[in-house]
Amino acid sequence: MVTYIVRRLITAALILLGASFLVYLLTAASGDPLEEFRASSAPNKQQLIDARTELLQLDTPAPLRYFKWLGGAAQCLIPFANSCDLGKNIAGQPITDALGHALIQTLTLVTGATILAILIGITLGIVTALRQYSTLDYGVTFMAFLFFSLPIFWVAVLLKEFGAIGFNDFLRNPDVPIASALAIGALAGVITAVAAGGAMGRRLLTGGVAFLFVSAVLMYFSATEWFKNPGLGPVVIAIAGVGIAFAVTLLSAGLKNRKALQSALIAVGVGLVVYFVIQPLLDEATFLMIVLLAVAAVLVGLGIGFLMGGYDRGQSMRAAALTSFLVGFLILLDRYMQAWPSYFNNSRVRGRPIATIGASTPNIEGDFWILSLDSFTHLILPTLALILISLAGYTRFTRASMLEIMNMDYIRTARAKGLSERTVVMRHAFRNALIPIATIVAFDIGGLIGGAVITESVFSVRGMGFLFLDGIQHIDPNPVMGVFICVAITAMVFNLIADLAYSALDPRVRVKA
Amino acid sequence: MAEDAGAGRGDAAGIEPILEARGLSQGQIVRKRFLGHSGAIIGLVVFAIIFIVAFTSVGYAGIPGWWKYSHEDVSPLVNDGAPTASFFPPAWGEHPFGQDRIGRDLFAMTMRGAQQSITIMIVIGLIAGLIGVIVGALSGYFRGWTEAILMRLTDVIIIIPALLLAAVMAQLAGRRDEGSWFASFASNNGVLAIGIFLGLISWVGLARLMRGEFLSLREREFVDAARISGASNGRIIFKHILPNAIGVLIVNVTLTMSAAILTETALSYLGVGVKAPDTSLGLLISQNQAAFATRPWLFWFPGLFIVLICLSINFIGDGLRDAFDPRQKKFNAKKAAETEAGPAPVTAFTELKDN
Repeated sequence: MVTYIVRRLITAALILLGASFLVYLLTAASGDPLEEFRASSAPNKQQLIDARTELLQLDTPAPLRYFKWLGGAAQCLIPFANSCDLGKNIAGQPITDALGHALIQTLTLVTGATILAILIGITLGIVTALRQYSTLDYGVTFMAFLFFSLPIFWVAVLLKEFGAIGFNDFLRNPDVPIASALAIGALAGVITAVAAGGAMGRRLLTGGVAFLFVSAVLMYFSATEWFKNPGLGPVVIAIAGVGIAFAVTLLSAGLKNRKALQSALIAVGVGLVVYFVIQPLLDEATFLMIVLLAVAAVLVGLGIGFLMGGYDRGQSMRAAALTSFLVGFLILLDRYMQAWPSYFNNSRVRGRPIATIGASTPNIEGDFWILSLDSFTHLILPTLALILISLAGYTRFTRASMLEIMNMDYIRTARAKGLSERTVVMRHAFRNALIPIATIVAFDIGGLIGGAVITESVFSVRGMGFLFLDGIQHIDPNPVMGVFICVAITAMVFNLIADLAYSALDPRVRVKA
Repeated sequence: MAEDAGAGRGDAAGIEPILEARGLSQGQIVRKRFLGHSGAIIGLVVFAIIFIVAFTSVGYAGIPGWWKYSHEDVSPLVNDGAPTASFFPPAWGEHPFGQDRIGRDLFAMTMRGAQQSITIMIVIGLIAGLIGVIVGALSGYFRGWTEAILMRLTDVIIIIPALLLAAVMAQLAGRRDEGSWFASFASNNGVLAIGIFLGLISWVGLARLMRGEFLSLREREFVDAARISGASNGRIIFKHILPNAIGVLIVNVTLTMSAAILTETALSYLGVGVKAPDTSLGLLISQNQAAFATRPWLFWFPGLFIVLICLSINFIGDGLRDAFDPRQKKFNAKKAAETEAGPAPVTAFTELKDN
């Protein structure tokens, strides 16, 4: 095992050396960094040319410059020496600083989108695999192909036009006409009816209920100007919490496990009490505090499950922990909604909350809630675009993997020995279907910091992709190399992790030592 | 499909009738399966229509087409450039897709862009397929040092970003003054050069897949048999192994091609692909995105064609994958439920109503 890892790492280092040499030469060969000065008529033209030649060491041939750069970069390998030198960019800024800043921007942009895309994609994939050849399956398959074929820059412009400008216009005077409310309700009803499955009567019933519910809620929102003063309130949290408790128990333990259901319901009750207690504390919130509260919520859930016990303590603990985490999320959401009006009327936002470019409103001031609402409104469009584009791959892959597993003999055995369908799907099929998915997820996480070059450029986020593109356009090898090295190293490390994970998850696969 | 052939013969309920049981040849089975895939057929028809219209309407390689404008002709604005095509009454009009600000015909520009995209896609498919097969076959068949060197080369190329190569090429193509053969080739055949360049880097995934296929196929008995009867390495590779790997090859070339369209449009959008005065679908969107509020059609039609081309290729690829997959014994929950005597297998969601 160790031999295998060492060998992989050495190969990776050699590949990295070769590829970085090629990238450096290609960037250097892609044009003339002095071109803008050559054509200029500035009186200090020669001075500018000399300055840039000096800065980029243009009088040294490119292969030699690469080795100079490599010498600096090699110092990054010395731990704690803090002598990392990746050169300077064309404006004289050290690359290490620029990379640090760009990395944060990129990670905030892509992390949420990737996690959501993975969660939604896997869920859709499993549901469509279980309902192969149903209307839902055909619909989702078609949508997956459609999203797969969308150019992201096109989607981005559409989102800006309808998601941002259109929605902001709507917020100025947020009333939903009855006709639109009915139309949206009808759409929701049709989708629910298709998704519900089962006999025709049951589908029509669920569809009808969804139609009435959505239309009524929209009319209520319109009448109370909910979109201007959104909020959940304890009643909605209680109802949604009970729903969550049932759903989580159904998936994780089965409703027949009464102890698990009771633990989850108790977790909802505790959450409601906490909702009132915690409000003053939340006014002073910081990011760290929210993280600690989330951890505390999970621990409380585990504790409730542990105390309830039952014949299978683990299941109760899991159900209660998941439920209390989700209820905690609802409380957080409610608090964000409370902060919405003051964000909406902020002098910098001026009633147009959904932003089309950038990562934050310039010079905005406010407490934690205002600032994080600000980054959410900036992230929402790029995140949506990225989810749409990457959803398809996960859906198709999970569906194929799940279909293959559902044909396995051990699934038939599990059914034959009388296990409930929930146990067969969640325990036997889903876990095994996750093995190949785990590897592509590892690949994708490795590719995360490469960022989304096009998405960043459309939404003017100054992340890794922007740094890379900017370097290429200015024929400036150092930023290009910096981004390339970061991306290549993470990609290779995660490739290795994917291979190791595969052999750890699937005992049939053994790494060659 | 052959509903009589496999009924009752399949080893389990819900598994589709096996076409192989009728003694059809491989080609016939694949063709039947492909023709039975309605998504793929629709994709094929849509792609054929776009292909024919795009290449005949504005002409190609000097041959004039039937459409009265070219992508460079400027004509007076009709109705402020709005599209003249309509469904009621069905009419084509002077400028069916509208005109841009200076009066160029959007239909001609879109068709020109579709030509470029399809050309690049085909060039990339051919080049990537060829290199991928050769590299994959050599490394999978000979293994040892050949494999080590070729696969490390693949690893190097796979991590070099396509954007960088495209930018380098765009810069080289831009230097018209310098007399190097590459620069002059690139500036004279813009689209072709981009296709060749992208083809030279997009073979890597294909090579890995082909290597995997060759690694497993070379251990099969028919290869041993061929070798014992004195077949040369070349004959074994091309006559014995390659036909068995052709399914994987065709399917993945198709998928590479659909990805290639998006790559080309993205590169043109970023300004390093096809450049003005020539046009491409990505370039049209990039040029016109600011005018979305005033002239939305300039934005809709090029995007629509990217999506249509890419979608149809993806559906064709899906159909091919289903057709070539030898393990195509689909589990069909619905059929299983209908044929089995006992209660239908309940799904996780029908449990909802029990409790």
